[in-house]
Amino acid sequence: MNLSYFDPVTAVLLIPISSAALLAALPGYRLTARLNVVASLTTFLAALSLFVAERPSPGPYVLIDDLNIVFIVLNTFVGFTTSIFSASYIAHELETGRLTPTYLRFYHAMYQTMMFGMNLAFVSNNIGLMWVAVELATLTTVLMVGIYRTHAALEAAWKYFILGSVGIALALFGTILVYMAARPVMGEGQDGMVWTLLVERAANFDAALLNVAFVFLFLGYGTKVGLAPLHAWLPDAHAEGPTPISAVLSGLLLNVALYALLRFKILLAANPASIAPGPLMVTMGLVSLIFAAFMLYRRRDIKRLFAYSSIEHMGIIVFAFGMGGPLANFAGLLHMVMHSLTKSAIFYAVGHISQIKGTQRISRIRGLTVTHPALGWGLVAGVVAIAGLPPLGIFMSEFLVVSSTFARQPLLAIVLVFGLLLAFGALTLRLTSVAFGEPRGSAAPADASYIPMFAHLALVLGAGIYLPAPLVVWFQHVAQLLG
Amino acid sequence: MQMHSIAFDISHTLAGGLVLISLMMLYQDRLYSLLNVFALHALVLSLSVAWQAFIQDAPHLYVTAVIALVFKAIVIPVALHRIVKQLGIHRDIESAVGIGPTMLAGMGLVALSLVLMLRVTSDADPLAREDLAFALSVVLLGLLVMVTRRNAVSQVVGFMSLENGLVLAATGAKGMPLVVEISVAFSILIAFIVIGIFLFRIRERFDSVDVSALDDFRGERR
Repeated sequence: MNLSYFDPVTAVLLIPISSAALLAALPGYRLTARLNVVASLTTFLAALSLFVAERPSPGPYVLIDDLNIVFIVLNTFVGFTTSIFSASYIAHELETGRLTPTYLRFYHAMYQTMMFGMNLAFVSNNIGLMWVAVELATLTTVLMVGIYRTHAALEAAWKYFILGSVGIALALFGTILVYMAARPVMGEGQDGMVWTLLVERAANFDAALLNVAFVFLFLGYGTKVGLAPLHAWLPDAHAEGPTPISAVLSGLLLNVALYALLRFKILLAANPASIAPGPLMVTMGLVSLIFAAFMLYRRRDIKRLFAYSSIEHMGIIVFAFGMGGPLANFAGLLHMVMHSLTKSAIFYAVGHISQIKGTQRISRIRGLTVTHPALGWGLVAGVVAIAGLPPLGIFMSEFLVVSSTFARQPLLAIVLVFGLLLAFGALTLRLTSVAFGEPRGSAAPADASYIPMFAHLALVLGAGIYLPAPLVVWFQHVAQLLG
Repeated sequence: MQMHSIAFDISHTLAGGLVLISLMMLYQDRLYSLLNVFALHALVLSLSVAWQAFIQDAPHLYVTAVIALVFKAIVIPVALHRIVKQLGIHRDIESAVGIGPTMLAGMGLVALSLVLMLRVTSDADPLAREDLAFALSVVLLGLLVMVTRRNAVSQVVGFMSLENGLVLAATGAKGMPLVVEISVAFSILIAFIVIGIFLFRIRERFDSVDVSALDDFRGERR
């Protein structure tokens, strides 16, 4: 500890939770919205310092390794940019009276609590603690989804809550089973929950019990990832909540749940007698991809459209990790990062657009590039990126997934490509009507914050054209960890 | 050895009792009686946890037992009673599926979890494995209650009985760290706060807490 008194891990956790308390107490939206930005920025800076600071050795609760450091930085970065977007978005919501100042206070406190929950989930080395953290993050988002208190928002929040709780329950049962499987080897007590210790000695665990545990964990955390048969909460929660929350739901919370799954996948891979999680993940991934691609064609609500697109991309990522191997894992990791950045950028644009037009219906939004060039072209760039066109980052990761699959399982690759093309078609179809053509709806000038959106898009473009060598080495190293 | 087998029998009886009470929940067609059965469920759970605390010589589990007793067997049922009364929804439960098929499905789930857990855990010690099998049954039955009921209050009851199954599993896993028990207790607390808020809001906006009434407001149909 050279940087005595400054511990980045503590900072990453302590800043959000203390600012949550502060934001709950302070009145006035101008002040709190700015404080929210400042708190998110300092958390991001603290996360960045994780790169330079000496890493703490894995303790019973906290672990910093190559895998989670990427996600912590990504998480705090998107948390920061979303807070900037949120400030201008919320100002508009106050003007139109959709939110009252009291609710706004609550909103900011919940925002920081959610950031705390997600960061805690990433740094935790204890599978019990990780479960608690994922659950905390979920509950705060449930409250935020329902914040408008309209019929639709309440229904969405209720559905999210019920399905989320079922997922939570199954994941906890899986966690208990992992402990049971480990107990004969690890002995009773604390050690049986510490991930690093579990992985070291996983080879001797009861394989049958571990298999059942993974199935429960997969279904439980998979519900939160939004995999196809368990996805029902996701489109509603995205469509009815405030748009900043849609951005962090898609960009971050899905990643948190997927990260938890990856940890358990590594655990399972360390036990040679257990089943390979691959086929399960490949199947669910493909089902999600194809299902979401078909559903994209029938969307009439713009936020729902992009919610289904998130299901599609989570399907691709789970598929990539299910295929395994250095190349597919590399692609999966890259895709997670690129999808986070792109999808949140899209939601920033969509948030402002739906505020200006006063509707989320696709049919009432036309000719955006004419009336609002910055927003319109921003959306075009975002959709081009998310549809997987070169030269943007998602093209690269999708290309890697497809090519590595073609080399090993050509039949699966055909299904994968079919899904990708389907989704591409749907997105292009919707995009042309929204962005081009005769303008429809309000042409009022936008009071938008463009910086977060264009910053994300620039990063995605940059990654698509040139990935710095140290970053590639880093990703490759992590991909190897994933087995 | 003799003492051990009595300990085994008692914990076995209590866990089996929980499964039976879960099955009882399936055919309650009035909200008040459902709440009463749930209170009984929580009571048996707290006895079971206390017994585990005694035989495992793990005093921290008594905390979990007390939480189960005070919160889940007394506070929550009483509070839900009042909510039901205030809302005036103490009529029949509108279950989405009939009682006959529900009971059959319930028995199928119990059989499934027994077959699955007993086969998988053949090496584990008998107490733990049977405890786990019962716990899984309770979890699945809780899910079934949630699926077959339309009413928000009874879905919440289903969810809490599911949590009871998790507590049963967690306490049956010998020496599982306290972290988890606390987390389980907290989660129920949080869940209840959330649910309370939800019920409050739903009541504010609608005249009924029948979740199917919410179905009319699906975003796609606007």
